Amino acid sequence: MSLTGSTRRFSPLVPQENAGQFFSSGHTNNWAVLVCTSRFWFNYRHVANTLSVYRSVKRLGIPDSHIVLMLADDMACNHRNPKPATVFSHKNMELNVYGDDVEVDYRGYEVTVENFLRVLTGRLPPSTPRSKRLLSDDRSNILIYLTGHGGNGFLKFQDSEEISNVELADAFEQMWQKRRYNELLFIIDTCQGASMYERFYSPNLMALASSQVGEDSLSHQPDLAIGVHLMDRYTFYLLEFLEDIHPSSKANMNDLFKVCPKSQCVSTPGHRTDLFLRDPGSALITDFFGSVRKVEITMETINLTEPIHSFR
Amino acid sequence: MGLLSDPNRRRALISLLTRLNAPICVVCYMAGVAWFMGLAFEPFTLRTYMSENAMGSTMVEERFPAGERALGTGREFSAHKKKAGGMPVDWLVKTMQSRGLEVFTQRFSRRLPFPDEDKERYMVKGTNVYGILRAPRAPRTEALVLSAPCSPGDDNNQAVGVLLGLAQYFRNQVFWAKDIIFLVNEHDLIGMQAWLEGYHHTNTTGMDWSPLQGRGGSIQAALSLELSSDVVTSLDLVLEGLNGQLPNLDLANLFYAFCQKIGVLCTTQGKLQRNDWDSVSGYSHAVQTMMLMVMKQASGRPWGDHGLFLRYHIEAATIKGINSFRQYKTDATTIGRLLEGMYRKLNNLLERLHQSYFFYLMPSLSHFVSIGYYMPAFGLLALILLLRALDLWIQLATPPTFNLNPPPSQMSSPGVLSVLTPLVISHLTGVALYTLPIHFQEIAVEHFPVSETEAVVLTAIAVYTAGLALPHNTHRGLFVPPFNGWKVLKLVAVLYLAVLLGCTALINFSLGFILALTLVPVAAFVTPDVPKALSAFIMVILSPACTLLFSVFLFQELQEMPVSFLDGWMLYLSVISQGILDHALYGSLVYPLVALLVYPCWLLFWNILFWK
Repeated sequence: MSLTGSTRRFSPLVPQENAGQFFSSGHTNNWAVLVCTSRFWFNYRHVANTLSVYRSVKRLGIPDSHIVLMLADDMACNHRNPKPATVFSHKNMELNVYGDDVEVDYRGYEVTVENFLRVLTGRLPPSTPRSKRLLSDDRSNILIYLTGHGGNGFLKFQDSEEISNVELADAFEQMWQKRRYNELLFIIDTCQGASMYERFYSPNLMALASSQVGEDSLSHQPDLAIGVHLMDRYTFYLLEFLEDIHPSSKANMNDLFKVCPKSQCVSTPGHRTDLFLRDPGSALITDFFGSVRKVEITMETINLTEPIHSFR
Repeated sequence: MGLLSDPNRRRALISLLTRLNAPICVVCYMAGVAWFMGLAFEPFTLRTYMSENAMGSTMVEERFPAGERALGTGREFSAHKKKAGGMPVDWLVKTMQSRGLEVFTQRFSRRLPFPDEDKERYMVKGTNVYGILRAPRAPRTEALVLSAPCSPGDDNNQAVGVLLGLAQYFRNQVFWAKDIIFLVNEHDLIGMQAWLEGYHHTNTTGMDWSPLQGRGGSIQAALSLELSSDVVTSLDLVLEGLNGQLPNLDLANLFYAFCQKIGVLCTTQGKLQRNDWDSVSGYSHAVQTMMLMVMKQASGRPWGDHGLFLRYHIEAATIKGINSFRQYKTDATTIGRLLEGMYRKLNNLLERLHQSYFFYLMPSLSHFVSIGYYMPAFGLLALILLLRALDLWIQLATPPTFNLNPPPSQMSSPGVLSVLTPLVISHLTGVALYTLPIHFQEIAVEHFPVSETEAVVLTAIAVYTAGLALPHNTHRGLFVPPFNGWKVLKLVAVLYLAVLLGCTALINFSLGFILALTLVPVAAFVTPDVPKALSAFIMVILSPACTLLFSVFLFQELQEMPVSFLDGWMLYLSVISQGILDHALYGSLVYPLVALLVYPCWLLFWNILFWK
């Protein structure tokens, strides 16, 4: 409904109704929690996955202060990297997703299940710096992206522990009860990823996964110069899709569900929208992936002392 | 009631065991041999596959360009080697330094127990030269080794050339996470032993070496290169190491994967694998390859410079370049690329190779048999010994009614003595066989016109033969043994052999199996009642010494280089001397095992044969 910086006709609606539609999506700020859970050089692709989503999210407007980036290992400075200080997502080194100003909040061994859950629920010790906190409120739309090695009902962290789908669902319920999110988009790119969103029960959650239970998510982009697979298929095509999104794009969630069909992904991506209160077609990609500042030009004065009813 | 606690059923079981003992033993023996031969049959084997996740596939880009320059360096090396009359230490140090490595040398010397035919003097002195390529960004905690031997004459010049060429190429890459040590060792295994002992601060064999000035962290894997021609037609992988130890199968898998990727012909045991496993000739080819591996493993000697690394839990293999009459030749650049690919993959390792098998047999480079599949062959042979022991136990526990023996109470003490005496005497003979050859070589050389090596070997054979004459007269001197005393001795001997062979097979399956093949029939069927002359002849044929003689001839046949009897005999003598030398130099266990344990055990059975 609202556009940034473009001229439009004088709306026939009452300014108050206009203002109501102004808040139709319900969120005022965006956060992103991007987690890569695997370490070791041969899991290069998981770090590249996470960094490509980080890149898209930053490009679309979410600042570093609102992104919690957790990378379990340092691929850019790994001794085995023939191109130090880079992480590529396309073979032939087309795109360096490590970029110039990446800010990693949780690095290496700090990426644990406990830290991840503490970030989500906000139960962090007082000494935790602001960059490591998820300071969301009840008007925040949060994007949570997980990648790594997973199985039916669990995700492996750091080769030593696991988070189960029950724990994750309970963490989201804690977030709901503490009013820490308005809407939450959960994307997971692991083997049997759909099992991770099976147990969700809190409202306003939408989830996407790269493969169904019993399927493996496959890797993509084998690069001989670097000697590893650079990306996973689902995130590779997700990145391609997101490269076409700009801040004023009107693409909605239904387009996101079409990313990486079985012919490209080999596995069957899945999604879950039953807990989401809005129609997915009305949820824009930029509602979660970008931080869009809405600007409405109006000639009239609007009285904000009365409550504005949003039209959903 | 249970099967064994019900007296009726127990009696039935016991009578079954005693009646059918001989047939079951024969069936077990044939089943064991058939199982072993069936191991080479391709449907019973598994294809090799990479087990280590960190090494993954062969997804690297090999770019080594400088094969011709490497060969030129090899020619320079050869010229300097001739001029120096041995290892050209100064030239090697200068060349490695110019390639940006940290170069160190190690001097070593070793006094041989007797001079063998290669080194015709008692004292061997040499120098190892090694250069360390430090990983650009990594801590110095892990290392990989590439070694080439400095051989006399024209051998292995190209190997040193390729080594130096690779060193220069590797120096320009930034992705090394481990230090790479380029080692040129003198006097093959002796130099390698000195280097390894110096590196790990151990001194197990009494060698004299100067301490190593530079070190690179714990070694994860090592490859030894033997290349004596400018072009090769195939690359051979040698796996067998000291005491029959084998490197992790993943190393062989890595080599095979890269051979397939680059398109080089690769062999193991020098035999190219065939695709027609269902034909008789295809199957026999696989059997020959497997038998070669079994015999090499049983000999317990390291078949390449890599063999000494295995003791330190460093996975190592030797790659030999073979130049035979084939049309398609591989040049040095391709060999360099293959090694580059292997080292890049080994570079990715995070832990030591441990995911794949340590105990296996390979009927070809693409198929393997793991320990779970080949152990039953030995188990069936060991079962014969246990059945025999059970049979004897039953016979001893229930004396037959027509027995004219003295009552059982009188049997106990002469029984123990009648067993102890042969045991002690045979083991003393074993100790004599172990110690006399080396100690008496000077006396032998004074009295007979033979060289030291021949003196040692002939003394060993003389002691062995003297042992045949010794035991069966000792009893009459001491006391009159009871009638059934031989049964107790045989029971002890059979169990002793079973334990001995079992332990040997666990460590070195091939040695255990070959000894079992010949000694188990001896143990099972020898009694004082069998015809003496014929059984004595058969026992001598099946004794360890003759087994070794036949193995030498068989080994030459399998390698398609059959020898005449005289040449075979000389080869046999050299094998014995090499075995004694290996034990003294590197700690090979085959010679002490045979002399101190297997030979006395065999003598016990000889004693039983001539029991009166």
